[in-house]
Amino acid sequence: MAEPMAGAVALAVEAVSKRFGGLVAVDTISFDLAQNEVLGLIGPNGSGKTTMMNMISGALKPTSGAIRLHGNEISRLTPAQIAIMGVARTFQIVRMLPAMTVLENVAAGGVFGHDRRWGAELDEHARGLLRRVGLQETDDAPISALTYIDQKRVELARALASNPKLLLLDEWLAGLNPTELKTGIALIEKLRGEGRTIIVVEHVMDAIRSLCDRCVVMSGGVKIAEGTPREVLADAGVIRAYLGDADA
Amino acid sequence: MQPGAAVMDILIIGLLLGGTYALMAMGLQLQYGVARIMNLANGEILVAAAFGTFWFFTATKVSPFVSLIGIVPLAFALNWAVYRVLILPLVRRAKNQGQLDVDSILATFGISFIFIGILLHVFGGDYLSYSYLARPYVIFGENYGLNRIAAFLGSAAICIGLYVWLHRTRAGLTLRAVAVNPSAAGLVSIDVERVSALAFALGGAVTAAGGTLLSMFLTFDASLGVLFTLKALVIVIMGGVSEIRGAIIASFILGLAETAVAILVDPGLTLAAAYVLFLAILLLRPEGLFGRRV
Amino acid sequence: MSVGDTSGTAAPPARPSEMATTHARHSSGLSANEKRNLAVCAVIFAMVATLPMMSDGYWLSIGVSIAMYTVLATSWMLFSGPTNYISLGTAAFFGIGMYVVAGGIDVLPYPALVLLAGIAGAVFAAIVGLATLRIAGVYFVIFTLGMAELIRQIVSWGQAKMGSQAGLYVLTGMSDAALYWLLLSLAALVFLVGWWIGRSRLGFALRIIGNDEVVAVHSGINTARAKVILFVISSAFASVTGAFVAPRYSYVEPTIAFSPFISFQVVIMALLGGVHRLWGPLVGVIPFTLLWELINASFPRQTTLLLGVAFLLIVYLIPHGVVGLVEDLLRQRNLALGRLVEMMRGRKNDNG
Repeated sequence: MAEPMAGAVALAVEAVSKRFGGLVAVDTISFDLAQNEVLGLIGPNGSGKTTMMNMISGALKPTSGAIRLHGNEISRLTPAQIAIMGVARTFQIVRMLPAMTVLENVAAGGVFGHDRRWGAELDEHARGLLRRVGLQETDDAPISALTYIDQKRVELARALASNPKLLLLDEWLAGLNPTELKTGIALIEKLRGEGRTIIVVEHVMDAIRSLCDRCVVMSGGVKIAEGTPREVLADAGVIRAYLGDADA
Repeated sequence: MQPGAAVMDILIIGLLLGGTYALMAMGLQLQYGVARIMNLANGEILVAAAFGTFWFFTATKVSPFVSLIGIVPLAFALNWAVYRVLILPLVRRAKNQGQLDVDSILATFGISFIFIGILLHVFGGDYLSYSYLARPYVIFGENYGLNRIAAFLGSAAICIGLYVWLHRTRAGLTLRAVAVNPSAAGLVSIDVERVSALAFALGGAVTAAGGTLLSMFLTFDASLGVLFTLKALVIVIMGGVSEIRGAIIASFILGLAETAVAILVDPGLTLAAAYVLFLAILLLRPEGLFGRRV
Repeated sequence: MSVGDTSGTAAPPARPSEMATTHARHSSGLSANEKRNLAVCAVIFAMVATLPMMSDGYWLSIGVSIAMYTVLATSWMLFSGPTNYISLGTAAFFGIGMYVVAGGIDVLPYPALVLLAGIAGAVFAAIVGLATLRIAGVYFVIFTLGMAELIRQIVSWGQAKMGSQAGLYVLTGMSDAALYWLLLSLAALVFLVGWWIGRSRLGFALRIIGNDEVVAVHSGINTARAKVILFVISSAFASVTGAFVAPRYSYVEPTIAFSPFISFQVVIMALLGGVHRLWGPLVGVIPFTLLWELINASFPRQTTLLLGVAFLLIVYLIPHGVVGLVEDLLRQRNLALGRLVEMMRGRKNDNG
């Protein structure tokens, strides 16, 4: 597949819904993500953002609608197939490989996915990624020795290891103190500067404002606003969704 | 044999058999669905109960139904003890359900061998059976064993009683709550450990009752436990792990399938019948007929 | 140990699983360390191979048993170790291998039958794997529980249909020594295959699956295919073992070939030794085989009971096997030593 040009549609979400029995978690949501764009998927808790992310990564199948990656429909594929096509993600609660070293955790992302490496090349690649996310001397340490933010860095490095076409960051900045938050935002800023296509689910408004080109706001499974961060965060409906009626 | 008569035989015998299987399935379901223990020694409890009934009947010549009075509480107590002594340490040290599954499978696998060893020691390796109500009873013009019918009726009575208890009493509600969500049940001050022990013990008692009833028309030896464990597992999986109506319907399906294979192909292939159903469920609907797809 | 399931709640092994070392991904050539290990193994293998020249009769027959169970337990561990899917059905594959030889001994040459046995085991494993390894591990375990008995019933029925009697004679005149060398070579092959898998992408994939299946799937691993391939390899070894051993029994019967004892003993030996190192099962096989000889001689009627008790002891007291226990102790000792050194260094700094 030839490299898509900037401005082309990287991801198209077309009228996607997800029902769990009687519960409608996502209700007919559509949006496009352009190549090299950073999209913020925001909304109050329970609005269906992670369900949406799970459908894009393949962990869940949409009940109706379609999701296309560079024109190819991925809605019915397995997560492994979608990963090979170039989608990588981090998880809301960090998922480490507990019995493996830091280096192996990162390398795990670079063997079977979109870009595949092995042997010395893989090790070099993984080490380089660890430097880029700010981890210097922990390569051969067991993963259990790492702090939470460092584990998040490892997860980010693992996601980057396959050189994904689309990066999904599911509340990657959650649980960080103010100093760590600044470092974390700077890190994603760097990725954005490299031209990566990213969907960010976040609650940290500063991050949304500084990182995202555009935002899609969800509430109760429905899209209630779309636009630049400034536009959506000033929208009365969005404010009402987050704060309730009294403070609109 | 005429095809009409064969179909009738399969239907009647199969339903009678399946209805009697329902008890061991419900027993396993209580143990796996509520106590979350995959008990591979389930079949051995059934066999032990069958042996106990055999011994009781040959000694006293009193109806096996009376032996239930002794066997059911005994099985309850034994399973309670097994849970508290052997299973509880595993529950406490397991970090998640997956690990508990493995530990309980391994432990109950070992326990099953201990039970078999004890049964061999006490009863020897012979086949045991006895003759109770082995008279023909006429249904729709064909002869069927009265013992099978009596066993079926006994099983139906116990199943209905259990179902009513689970759905109409407070204690039963507690069990069902733990089955649905143990941590939430704990939050509403249900003593999950105690309820799990109760469910495990009750499951064993119900399975033992099934063994007593099955002994009225089946021949047993000490090594048959694994066959019954497997059939109970297949029934529970076929019906959906937490669905009682599922287990009952699946019991009938297995009874019918087994009987059909026994009559049409060969009586020595009953396990193959169970496995065919098992494969079908695994390939087509792993959550079971009444289970909810996750 | 924990059962891998598709929701990724598998609890991982408590220590880095070492079917591969951290540097094993340098698939370009072997490190000096690895070359030395291989050399050591080759020497040990040569030494062990001299057993038939030093004894025959009793000790050779023990040697045959040890070699046989080493193959069975190590190939069992190849699959059930990293994936945490416990197979209780080794006897099914072992019996299939035996029966391929027993059934075909008058028709085909022995080596062809051995090959056929491996293929038959692989095919059956593929069917079972494709049916059960795409869903939670519990289904796999349950399926394997009755598998041997199922095959036994089918074989008995098939034989009755074909009019032959239950038992089959296998007379090839193979000596115990020849059998010992065959099994020893097979064991060497199992270790080589296990070592090679550990260094390969497949081994890496399996370690990832065993750690967190959700991560594995999102990293692009076709988890079902990886598990099936490994299960097929593991089962083929069990079938070939059955094929090798058939002549030793000379009279093969379904109850012998598909005996549940085989499945049980394989699991218990592997667990006793430890399933997170390639040579773990071997550590369990040797003492247990000797212990079993003792028990069979002294308490022939309580074997089932004692087997169950031994099993429980292992599950409760040494869940990671002897190898795991030793490594735990070593690690604790190293940690304690490390802390001691830290303390003394601190004291020195205080005083300095």
